[in-house]
Amino acid sequence: MASGTQNLDELIGKEYEHGFVTELEADTVPPGLDEDVIRAISAKKGEPEFMLEWRLKAYRHWTTMREPAWAHVHYPPVDFQAISYYSAPKAKGEGPKSLDEVDPKLLETYNKLGIPLKEQEMLAGVAVDAVFDSVSVATTFKDKLGALGIIFCSFSEAVRNHPELVRKYLGSVVPYTDNFYASLNSAVFSDGSFVYVPKGVRCPMELSTYFRINAQNTGQFERTLIVADEGAYVSYLEGCTAPQRDENQLHAAVVELVALKDAQIKYSTVQNWYPGDEEGRGGIYNFVTKRGACRGENAKISWTQVETGSAITWKYPSVLLEGDNAVGEFYSVALTNNLQQADTGTKMIHIGRNTRSTIISKGISAGRGQNAYRGLVKVLKGAEDARNYTQCDSLLIGHRCGAHTFPYIEVKNPSAKVEHEATTSKISDDQLYYCMQRGISAEDAVSMIVNGFCKEVFKELPMEFAVEAQKLLGISLEGSVG
Amino acid sequence: MEAAAEIKDHYRSDFERLRDGLPGGRIPWMKRRREAALARFAAQGFPTVRDEAWKYTDTGVIARRTFTTASPPARAALARGDLAAFTIPGLDCHRLVFVDGRIAPELCDLDALPAGAAVGGLAAALEGDAAGVEKLLGRLADDDGNGFAALNTAFMTDGVCLRLADGVALERPVHVLHLSTADTDGTAVHPRNLVALGRGSRAVLIETYAGLREAAGLTNVQSEVLLGEGAELEHYKLQQESAKTFHIADTGVHVPAGARYRAHGIDAGGRLVRNGVRVRIDGAGAECELNGLYVLAGRQHVDNHTVIDHLKPDGVSREFFKGVLEGHARSVFSGKVIVHPDAQHTDARQTNHNLLLSENAEADTRPQLEIYADDVKCAHGATVGQLDPDALYYLQSRAIDEDAARSLLIYAFANDVIGRLSLEPVRSYLERTLTERLLHGRRVEDLI
Repeated sequence: MASGTQNLDELIGKEYEHGFVTELEADTVPPGLDEDVIRAISAKKGEPEFMLEWRLKAYRHWTTMREPAWAHVHYPPVDFQAISYYSAPKAKGEGPKSLDEVDPKLLETYNKLGIPLKEQEMLAGVAVDAVFDSVSVATTFKDKLGALGIIFCSFSEAVRNHPELVRKYLGSVVPYTDNFYASLNSAVFSDGSFVYVPKGVRCPMELSTYFRINAQNTGQFERTLIVADEGAYVSYLEGCTAPQRDENQLHAAVVELVALKDAQIKYSTVQNWYPGDEEGRGGIYNFVTKRGACRGENAKISWTQVETGSAITWKYPSVLLEGDNAVGEFYSVALTNNLQQADTGTKMIHIGRNTRSTIISKGISAGRGQNAYRGLVKVLKGAEDARNYTQCDSLLIGHRCGAHTFPYIEVKNPSAKVEHEATTSKISDDQLYYCMQRGISAEDAVSMIVNGFCKEVFKELPMEFAVEAQKLLGISLEGSVG
Repeated sequence: MEAAAEIKDHYRSDFERLRDGLPGGRIPWMKRRREAALARFAAQGFPTVRDEAWKYTDTGVIARRTFTTASPPARAALARGDLAAFTIPGLDCHRLVFVDGRIAPELCDLDALPAGAAVGGLAAALEGDAAGVEKLLGRLADDDGNGFAALNTAFMTDGVCLRLADGVALERPVHVLHLSTADTDGTAVHPRNLVALGRGSRAVLIETYAGLREAAGLTNVQSEVLLGEGAELEHYKLQQESAKTFHIADTGVHVPAGARYRAHGIDAGGRLVRNGVRVRIDGAGAECELNGLYVLAGRQHVDNHTVIDHLKPDGVSREFFKGVLEGHARSVFSGKVIVHPDAQHTDARQTNHNLLLSENAEADTRPQLEIYADDVKCAHGATVGQLDPDALYYLQSRAIDEDAARSLLIYAFANDVIGRLSLEPVRSYLERTLTERLLHGRRVEDLI
């Protein structure tokens, strides 16, 4: 509970806390996209031939595609030729060997965000692969992980040091032909994280990465690939903030997860990119493709997300349940305030026998925010005894927002059991009155009710994220009541 | 592409052939509307699975063929005795019969209509009261929405035209039979129905669509229902087309303050069926209830596509759709409820349950909510599954054999919808015809 009652207007008018720009000389490719730009990106990163070929195939395919228009979001058309597709903090000679060698300005940025690397290294026990614009600048705990045979490094490093793994799994879950933004990402992706957990290894710590968008006009095209070999377990955390901008910035990331037999991957996200100001100016376009494949028996993939930022969120973390007894989970809290728009949900594709999936989605709309759940549950013919349970709840705060639910259910096997439930509600005057009668301020009451509404999802988050998520909801919401 | 152009040319030349003979052929505004609709059809063509609204229904089987609109029959194709198979026993009603899209006056019974009630064919209404029809026709059409609706407007032949003055209660239901007699493939009929009820008036409309012979024909219906304030319509649509027929229907409904629209769609026939229903809840206390039951087997495909727009506060809508699928049948339910920004206190509920009884059946369901107001009650639920093993066990433990237990449970599942119909004769008629089909000829009474 916050200690005092803050003025409502003050809360509504609260500026985005993380809005600042770090002055750094960026090594940026001029705006525009053609095959030469892709060759340049690939060359800058010193990639092997197969990567360049893959990028070019993706680019050629992308040129034949059209931007999707089916999502329940509205925005001016994006000029893909006005974006610079590569921006890296200028390296001073060799890459940094330790945190001391990292550009102090960078470290300062993270300090302002409240994620000092050193502190995290020591206190939280979290290995951070920090991504500043497009290139990883610091990787910690590598030795400790290395002893167990776990590979946790930037994507470009993985391409150089573990090409056989990258080659085997890259695009195996999200092919370069998948969709408009995934194809674009495949062609121009700059960097991201790579995780490989070998057979039977349980990763002893939460792996984490923080994303930042920094240089102006720079699209952020991250690519993450996580592979859990047979019987392995890994929990991965992703969080992001972005500095305040007036111009819209595009973020088109791709995340691929591969869980082999008996493996488990838990992927958690707290997303609070810059959402734009009260008039909807600026803010990030977050068009992300996230998908996991349960490739073997008893594999399990669990997505948990808290989406509070971005002007537009377009994101459907999905699970392909290929192996028998595979399990897919999706827990989501999506919040839209002011003029934010979110079209998010999941896809659960049941392929193997006795596969199970659970979807819990909580949407909160305030101000003039538009929040849509869009989800697909598909049971293929061979998926005997597949089971799905879906619950989508929406909470409306204020009379100018919107909450939408677009579930798609396709069942081709009679033994399947698929259930979908959805409700829409608002915080009632009675609930508020009850709390206020007991000396709880209106904002605290709202925060309490909203946190209760989201409890089922928060309990799935790792501890440190759960705290951050509750704080975020508080900041983003409290002011919108009254 | 070329094939598509050829198909469009086909409909253009079919239109040229029929133009002057179509109802209202000499009325300038009708001619203009038909021409405009044909141009819209040429521009948009038939919908494809790439259209979100048609994602699960591939109309390629229709688009690839050429359907020729049925010409007016030279002489009466049917006698009264032929109707027995389609009438509802024990139902005291007014009757209108359309054969291949044209009225068959010798088969109609329209005695003792109360004053202020105009019930007849649309073609006759166009002849008799063109100005009156002009004000109503096309107001709720979906010509811009999809190619089928545009094609219907271009080719519309006849259909029921039911108009009631303010405060008129039509006590006896109106039963409309749309019968197809074609015995060769490729015949199209384009029925067009118009219902306009004055303030506080009341009516019950029952439509039956049926084919007398097995032929791959196209029935492309468009209906418009305009209710006055406080008016009430109960609208039954019994679709019993032949197993080879393509049946595409679209209904636009306007429900103002205090008015009530109740619709029951029962689908038993047809090869590929699409029922589009668009309802505008446009006034305080307006109510709409849509019930649907589909009992499918073989390679049948039935798509129920509903859109309910809550435009004003205090509206109520209920949707209740259930389906039983056997063989290679496929069902699609797509229900969208849109609560517009000012429609506070809307109460909307949407339910779709599907029972899959065979390995190869498929059910796709999309119950959707778009909500732009905060003080509303909206809920939807959807399930796809098979018979509850516990319930089966329960019945078997009471000495009912497995086969009978299954039949009973299926009957109970389907009867949930039939029980919602208010006309007793229609209920018993459906219970008899549908359960016979569901239970493969066994009688419920014999099971217990």
